[in-house]
Amino acid sequence: MPSTADIQAGLAEILEEVAGVTPADATPEKSFTEDLDVDSLSMVEIATAVEDKFGVAIPDDELANIKTVGDAMSYIEKNQ
Amino acid sequence: MSTIELQEGTPGARILGLGAYRPRRRVTNDELAQVMDTNDEWIQSRVGIAERRWASEDETLVEMAVAAGGKALAASGLAPDEVDLVILASASLQAPIPGIGPQVAHRLGIPRPGAFDLNAGCAGFCYALGVANDAIRSGSSRNALVVGVERLTDVTDQTDRGTAVIFADGAGAAVIGASDEPGIGPVAWGSDGDQYSAIEIAAGRSTMTMAGQAVYRWATTKLTATLEEAMAKAGVTAADIDVFAPHQANLRIVESMTKKLGFGPDTAIARDIVQSGNTSAASVPLALTALMESGEAKSGDLALVLGYGAGLTFAGQVIRLP
Ligand SMILES: CC(C)(COP(=O)(O)OP(=O)(O)OC[C@H]1O[C@@H](n2cnc3c(N)ncnc32)[C@H](O)[C@@H]1OP(=O)(O)O)[C@@H](O)C(=O)NCCC(=O)NCCS
Repeated sequence: MPSTADIQAGLAEILEEVAGVTPADATPEKSFTEDLDVDSLSMVEIATAVEDKFGVAIPDDELANIKTVGDAMSYIEKNQ
Repeated sequence: MSTIELQEGTPGARILGLGAYRPRRRVTNDELAQVMDTNDEWIQSRVGIAERRWASEDETLVEMAVAAGGKALAASGLAPDEVDLVILASASLQAPIPGIGPQVAHRLGIPRPGAFDLNAGCAGFCYALGVANDAIRSGSSRNALVVGVERLTDVTDQTDRGTAVIFADGAGAAVIGASDEPGIGPVAWGSDGDQYSAIEIAAGRSTMTMAGQAVYRWATTKLTATLEEAMAKAGVTAADIDVFAPHQANLRIVESMTKKLGFGPDTAIARDIVQSGNTSAASVPLALTALMESGEAKSGDLALVLGYGAGLTFAGQVIRLP
């Protein structure tokens, strides 16, 4: 099982790759759309990258509830 | 007991000529912003469209198909009576009976061909190309005309900004004939009918609804394998591809596919959506003719094409440009 820090680092990597977010900015309290300028279509790409990397499924209706980096981290932790 | 005889086919088929028809009226994003709650910045960044063409009343499906088909015939060098198969791909017929393939053939002076309509949504042109290729190779047809034509504005709810800013009108066509050297590779096609309602005109309704994010996710994850299958079946790799012309649904889907496939630096990528919007079954031939007119693609180039959309359906192949 990856640690919380591993999950945060893995997510930061995906955010950088998909949406050009500086890894240091990918902290739990940040909102994807408000703070990190990630739009709804990039969110879809982030979701599919997370699915591949962490082996979790994120259906569209669950994705709609993931607003912050912290939301994504706890979703991954719970569903792994 | 008598046996059934078969027709002699040909080793391969190839595209002999392409043609396109773009409606006269250009509609910019700023024009749309005057009548609905949208803006140029959103449309350009989410979908990549700068302007699209909308058909006027006289630019009917039949008129546009005849215009594009006539150009493809002229480019092919064939006389109309040498064509014996017409496949018309469209998803925006206002009345399902009759199909318009026979009428389009008649208007082009093609005498009594096999003619029918094919509805595979935005995958229609590539499905039709696959069927025509096999018809010629098996000896059922000598030369075929394939047309993709849409008036999506007829089936779009102009108050639904999720679709109204995207869908547009136009026609594209190809004439296909026999050749010793194959110019059309095996089709990689399929469907995901569990998602039938992702893009639909529900029974009794007259306009289309689309689950945009679900389709976006499907297109950016599931279709790379189809593109790879089309190349593998044709015995080529991404490094061999001169032109990549996928269905023009969203520029970000085009870019995502391009990134995943890893073409060489010189591969021309079709971005006709910027000027044409999403024209469903017409988008692939419109994109190919645009690239040839601009000089980015040339005769003899190897192109990878892909259609995908309502159904959900998908079809791709490797082709040699005429
Ligand atoms: C259609 C598509 C562009 C919509 O993008 P999306 O990000 O999913 O759009 P959403 O409906 O989630 O809306 C996102 C935001 O943009 C807004 N928005 C939607 N349409 C808008 C428009 N035309 N103009 C301005 N804003 C718009 C929404 O209100 C929403 O704002 P909010 O986050 O403040 O609530 C996109 O989903 C797509 O291209 N999907 C693939 C479609 C496809 O390939 N189809 C194949 C057809 S053959």
